[in-house]
Amino acid sequence: MELTRSYRNLIRTELIVPMVLLVIGVYGGLMQVLFRAGVLDYDPLLKLLLDTVGAVLLAVDRLFGRETDPLVAALSSVDLRSSIMYYWGLTLHGVLNAIVFTTFFAVAFGNAVVPYFLKQPLNTQIGWLSAIVMLVGTGLAGIAMFSGQASVLYTFYPPLKAHPLFYLGAALLIVGSWIGAANWIPMYRRWRQENPGQKVPLAVMGMFATFIIWFIATLSVAVEVLFLLLPWSLGWTETVDVPLARALFWFFGHPLVYFWLLPAYVMYYTMLPKVAGGKLFSDAAGRLVFVMFILFSIPVGAHHQFADPGIGTQWKWLHTVLTYAVALPSLITAFTIAASLEYAGRQNGGRGLFGWMFRLPYFSRERWLFSYWIAGLIIFIFGGISGIVNASYNLNMAVHNTSWIPGHFHLTVAGPVLLASLGMSLYLVTQLSGKEVLWRGAAVAVPYLWLVGVLTFSWGMMRGGLHGMPRRTYLGAGALNPDLQGTPLYRADWAPYAEIAMIGGIIMFAAMLLYFVVFFGTLFARRVREAHLEFPVAEAYHDEPVRALNRLAPWVVTAVVLIVLSYTPVLYDVVRSSFQKSPAYLPEYNVPEKQLQETIRQGQSSQPSE
Amino acid sequence: MVRTERVIFGLSGAVMALFLVGLLVLATGFGVDVPGCVTEMKPFERDTLFQTGERRWELHVVARMWAYQMPPVELPVGSEVDIYLTSGDVVHGFHIDRTNVNLMAVPGTVTYARVLFREPGDYPIVCHEYCGIGHQQMVGIIRIVQ
Repeated sequence: MELTRSYRNLIRTELIVPMVLLVIGVYGGLMQVLFRAGVLDYDPLLKLLLDTVGAVLLAVDRLFGRETDPLVAALSSVDLRSSIMYYWGLTLHGVLNAIVFTTFFAVAFGNAVVPYFLKQPLNTQIGWLSAIVMLVGTGLAGIAMFSGQASVLYTFYPPLKAHPLFYLGAALLIVGSWIGAANWIPMYRRWRQENPGQKVPLAVMGMFATFIIWFIATLSVAVEVLFLLLPWSLGWTETVDVPLARALFWFFGHPLVYFWLLPAYVMYYTMLPKVAGGKLFSDAAGRLVFVMFILFSIPVGAHHQFADPGIGTQWKWLHTVLTYAVALPSLITAFTIAASLEYAGRQNGGRGLFGWMFRLPYFSRERWLFSYWIAGLIIFIFGGISGIVNASYNLNMAVHNTSWIPGHFHLTVAGPVLLASLGMSLYLVTQLSGKEVLWRGAAVAVPYLWLVGVLTFSWGMMRGGLHGMPRRTYLGAGALNPDLQGTPLYRADWAPYAEIAMIGGIIMFAAMLLYFVVFFGTLFARRVREAHLEFPVAEAYHDEPVRALNRLAPWVVTAVVLIVLSYTPVLYDVVRSSFQKSPAYLPEYNVPEKQLQETIRQGQSSQPSE
Repeated sequence: MVRTERVIFGLSGAVMALFLVGLLVLATGFGVDVPGCVTEMKPFERDTLFQTGERRWELHVVARMWAYQMPPVELPVGSEVDIYLTSGDVVHGFHIDRTNVNLMAVPGTVTYARVLFREPGDYPIVCHEYCGIGHQQMVGIIRIVQ
């Protein structure tokens, strides 16, 4: 396949821009473990950012003729207390790492995988339209976040209010990703016409499954953002229905994690066995897994709301059962990937029950991608188990909103998802730029260093969580502040866990620094060959056709029926238990924004007369 | 699908089913349940504590940025407390240490949990949902005495 300049630049842009933002997000992660453990209480870099971007935001407000918010002025005069920095950095960390980086990567990866496996050229004009909409969205949300006007964390629960640009930017990022995926549909149609009766390549099926889930899920958050939050944030509506917004958010929030995960699954099924030196154990299992994700990854959102009011216990139980159903495809994957690796190990000369485990290219410099995948898979064992705990209805009461939860999801999104994305980003950049990875030894070391870091971090977080240590809380100024010793606030029992998490976090940061050196070093290295695009493609060991798994449409329809059945009663309960709507609050003040503005105006008008 | 696959997939399903049965037994037999949908009580504005039976109490909590303002709760061992929780502003959390009380305070709604204190001691309460820059200061305490 010929690679046009426009095509290569498109994918490289979609990989490199979020990678630059990831540097900031990762820095934010380091700051959080240090702030939480009470080691640091001031972040000079963040303050610099606030001053610069805050000025841009003021200019934007003027451009749109918005009366300069008295609040902006008030805020910029507020002494930057360390807790503002903590929650501000936490917002950047969550949004840049878990939303921006992952979404861009999924689109970029699809833009590479779909044309490659279908042997059809990508329409780069639509591809660029998608990229530009996503970049503009990220830029707008970035202005709001960097200027400290959107410190609402990446779940942006109302009635804490962010700057309208934050919501607008998020909506544009999502719409851009829709355009990117819609671009693949005509390619698939053409391929179908040219190859009647053939099985669609597994990687393409996986990417379509990823974006079908993403499309259905983001419809709900688009409704939340466009109809509830954006008009309210602009001041067009006075109040917002908080329970409804939460239900709409979590309709999106759980399938989001499968949107993160499935590109990694595509790599595990279609590329990992080849790089390991073997074959995919079963093609049908892969197809079954993607179909099961389409079916069960969305009608399960209430398991994030087990502790919420306004949803009947019987519906929470229904969502538990469906969540257990969505654990099955991951258990099937565990078996299929392990079987594929065993086959590879035996092909490489491994003997006996466990001998094959020692014949895999863990530290191979030639097959460096393997280290990113295998380290992610090892981390995911613990991520999966802790995820089943979270999904377990009443068991969730022991861990809900404790630091167990971030402990868990750093073993998923910052485990297999992150490592597969980092490995593949580096791989794609070298291929599309005609370069070789600089410092391959370092590239191979990154995932193992990360593995040590993230397991240490998550152990501290999860163990602390079982002792009630809360998530997304600036413990360094609260429970672990030595000045508060002797008050009910002080919790010495949490200190060791916050410190272990901090040590893990520092190791994670070191691993990422090493990665960034390799990635950006490679990017600026000399060109050694022509640009090309070649994926390792794994053959299937068992390759019997299963007709029911060939077409996705019937499964999508079934999924929609399941979603309607599982979510109608939830929404009904949410509406009937909600008695009043809420005005907007800013994270910095404990009175509604309106009341605050009144006070500031009165203060301003009374000053001259004094 | 080969036989090994069918066996493994069947076993995975069976293990998950077994877990579900365990959870159901815990919920129905031991009363460890998640909060449900409260429609009979509207959001209230005052924190109160009052006795409803010999060893039974009712506690109303309005979570606010950035403190719980309920009256001091000091109760004898063996007290059973019906907790009603709402929020006066944004979303808050309410987690009582060493108990299964783990609730979200969502403005516009009321939530409920019942807890039996079998052991004496101090039971710290923390807000575990980000509620603004004072979030880390939002704690409370329940004292259980002999």
